[in-house]
Amino acid sequence: MEQRALMSKKEFSLKRFFLQWEWMLVLIFLLVNAINVSLSPYYFNYDSLRDATMTFLDKAFIVLPMVLIMILGEIDISVASTVALSAVIMADLHAKGVPMEAAVVICLLVGTLCGFLNGWLLVRFKELSSVIVTLATMIIYRGIAYMILEDQAAGQFPEWFSFLGWGYVFGIPFILIAFAVCAIAFGLLLHMTTFGRRIYAIGNNPVASRFSGVQVDRIKIIVFTLAGLMAAVTALFLTSRMGSTRPNVAMGYELDVIAMVVLGGISTAGGKGRMIGAVIAVFLIGFLRYGLGLINVPAQVLLVIIGLMLIAAVMVPNLKRKRSAAANVRKEDAGIKEAI
Amino acid sequence: MSEYVLELRGITKTFPGVRALDQVHFQLKPGQIHALMGENGAGKSTFIKIITGVHQPDAGEIYLNGQRVEIKHPRDAQRLGIAAIYQHVTCFPDLSVTENIFMGHERIQPGTKRILWKEMHAQAAALLAELGASFDPKTQMGALSVAQQQIVEIAKALSTNARIIIMDEPTAALTKRESEELYRITEQLRDKGVSVIFITHRFEDMYRLASQVTVFRDSRYIGTWGIDEISREELIMAMVGREITQLYPQKDAKIGEEVLRVEGLGKTGLFADVSFTLHRGEILGLTGLVGAGRSEVCQAIFGIHPYDTGKVYLKGAEVRVKNPLHAMELGIGYLPEDRQMQGLVLPWSIAENITLSAIGKYAKKGWLSRRKEEEAARMLAEKLQVKAKSIFDPVSSLSGGNQQKVVFAKLLTAELDVIILDEPTKGVDVGAKSAIYEMIHDLARQGYGILLVSSEMPEVIGMSDRVVVMREGRVTAILDRDEATQEAILEAAMMKKAPPDLPHKAVSSKTRRLV
Repeated sequence: MEQRALMSKKEFSLKRFFLQWEWMLVLIFLLVNAINVSLSPYYFNYDSLRDATMTFLDKAFIVLPMVLIMILGEIDISVASTVALSAVIMADLHAKGVPMEAAVVICLLVGTLCGFLNGWLLVRFKELSSVIVTLATMIIYRGIAYMILEDQAAGQFPEWFSFLGWGYVFGIPFILIAFAVCAIAFGLLLHMTTFGRRIYAIGNNPVASRFSGVQVDRIKIIVFTLAGLMAAVTALFLTSRMGSTRPNVAMGYELDVIAMVVLGGISTAGGKGRMIGAVIAVFLIGFLRYGLGLINVPAQVLLVIIGLMLIAAVMVPNLKRKRSAAANVRKEDAGIKEAI
Repeated sequence: MSEYVLELRGITKTFPGVRALDQVHFQLKPGQIHALMGENGAGKSTFIKIITGVHQPDAGEIYLNGQRVEIKHPRDAQRLGIAAIYQHVTCFPDLSVTENIFMGHERIQPGTKRILWKEMHAQAAALLAELGASFDPKTQMGALSVAQQQIVEIAKALSTNARIIIMDEPTAALTKRESEELYRITEQLRDKGVSVIFITHRFEDMYRLASQVTVFRDSRYIGTWGIDEISREELIMAMVGREITQLYPQKDAKIGEEVLRVEGLGKTGLFADVSFTLHRGEILGLTGLVGAGRSEVCQAIFGIHPYDTGKVYLKGAEVRVKNPLHAMELGIGYLPEDRQMQGLVLPWSIAENITLSAIGKYAKKGWLSRRKEEEAARMLAEKLQVKAKSIFDPVSSLSGGNQQKVVFAKLLTAELDVIILDEPTKGVDVGAKSAIYEMIHDLARQGYGILLVSSEMPEVIGMSDRVVVMREGRVTAILDRDEATQEAILEAAMMKKAPPDLPHKAVSSKTRRLV
């Protein structure tokens, strides 16, 4: 039988390119902005838009590693508690006389340790799912934060620390620059490295990954540790912006973060989705919230809108899969007929 | 009233790429124990699934007591009085025995829909007593032994008033004494007029129980005999007796020095005292019935599951493989049995699949080079003649044979000395089979040592330089090329007594789930 040379150029299909979920998000994003502009004359103002990003970007740092976790097919609901614990320890140490620089480093270490513990528990106790493991640590981390500060607030940080949350570099908020750098780093990690490729492999088929020599456990631990580190980064920016912290800080962030990731087109079953989608989703929800706030729409309405978008995000890929499955069946039938 | 309680005529079933059953017949008389035998892959499992309504036949007719019936759903089978008891008991381990027996047909108070626990427990106790079992129906299912669980399954079948009971290798996981108990229960059922289809690999089961035996081979019906009409030798011939055609290429690889030696390898409950050697350029067949522990041995060598005792020597030096990555670094590659679950990432492209296990080779300090990766993938895909439009086609769109070629290509990305092939032609059509055999020979010619795990007798004989036969976790024979006849292999695989101290229960479904 004649063997044709295999094509090694990807066929580019304009239709397929624009049918991606990410374009859908861009479209919704533009729509949201258009509506906001038409509803409120104050919306399209560089200064206020710029400042709006400062209020929603702090939790966006956790979105980045959460994308990796969910592509692995796992989930981490302890991230908000990690934020609280690392923030509280930092503030408490500073209040007790530890220099702020050291407290910041310790904050990052605490977050990293929390994440590592999640990952370690997950691979050590294979019968437990990541929801259960991180539910437990979510309660524990938050509990420790309460034990340290009880119901007090701690603050009074040095002047330079507030730069994180409020500072500008060349007229651009520092937090926006930091987020852009992190997002690009995570995007490259996921899409351009062997590490990222292995994450997708595990999310798609953990058994085959293991048989192919992928160090599944090690990668899971690294990714969860990264999530802890980024939660600590969020703790820094959040504490800086608020000027003080309390044990109940960042309450509910984990759900916001997961919502952004899902809206960004990352499959909850693992193995699918891209970093860019989640980044667009961060700005989409951020601007939506800002715009609706300007025209005094109650926050509850916003929740309903976000919920509806989430359902759409989960449904659209399912519809697509059903269609392609049906197409496959047709192809298979044709193949069998041909064979006979 | 018809002579047969169940009759199947001309049953044919095709799955994409595979003809699982081809014009198969079967006739079951009332109150008869009818053995169904055949090699692995002969079509027995598909056949049962047709009777129990899991699959629909493409062609053929099913008659129940002379009446034509269609069994479209397992519920239809239950309504018609057909029940099946599987080799690996499918139960709800956390529920009680009573709940397991009445699952799906609970006794319910009409109107209020209250579950009648008292009645159910009493009925369950009566059923169990009838079967001679002594445990309480309130016991948790998971606390019972495999044999006891099977008795519960039989009780469940009786509780639905089943008149036809199919037993799929029920003795495979039982000890001698437990088997004896099962024989007694089966005979008791027969005496009550229940008809039993008894699928087995063990000749002792068949001779002890059955009055008729039907043999399938290569998805076809071979024949039905009364148990005294056919000798053991004739039966073996019926099961394996196909011509070995020129499917297998002429072996011309030179056998070199020893590359792998396994000494006294053991793992509690799975295998024990497994020893063999493998040389460069050699194809060593490893065969035995399903459940003999072949895959487990290979996966222990490859570092998927650690072994408890014994030693592995690679190129003369002792190695202790920690995990699959370590195995590949040392030079051991493994082609898993289940290519869809263990070998491939189905939604991925051919290229991404080929490079997965050696992805580090196509990267600099972790940065992937797509160009290098795609070049290597294209080269290997063309070398192994994967039939596809481009290397970006998802592997899920390929046929079984071509998928298997992709898994082979994965092996070739690493630098290996030993290649373990676990059922490399499973579910692959004949054309692709010969291409895969050619590939295996090519690998042997290049000096790889090849361990070929296979259940297919002609494949083992046609391909191997030597054959290791396992039964129940032990090596029962190592045969040279000229000793390795079908009869010799089958005898070692089915009839030689395995040492009695190997714990049986652990070979049940639980250990399988770990993979």
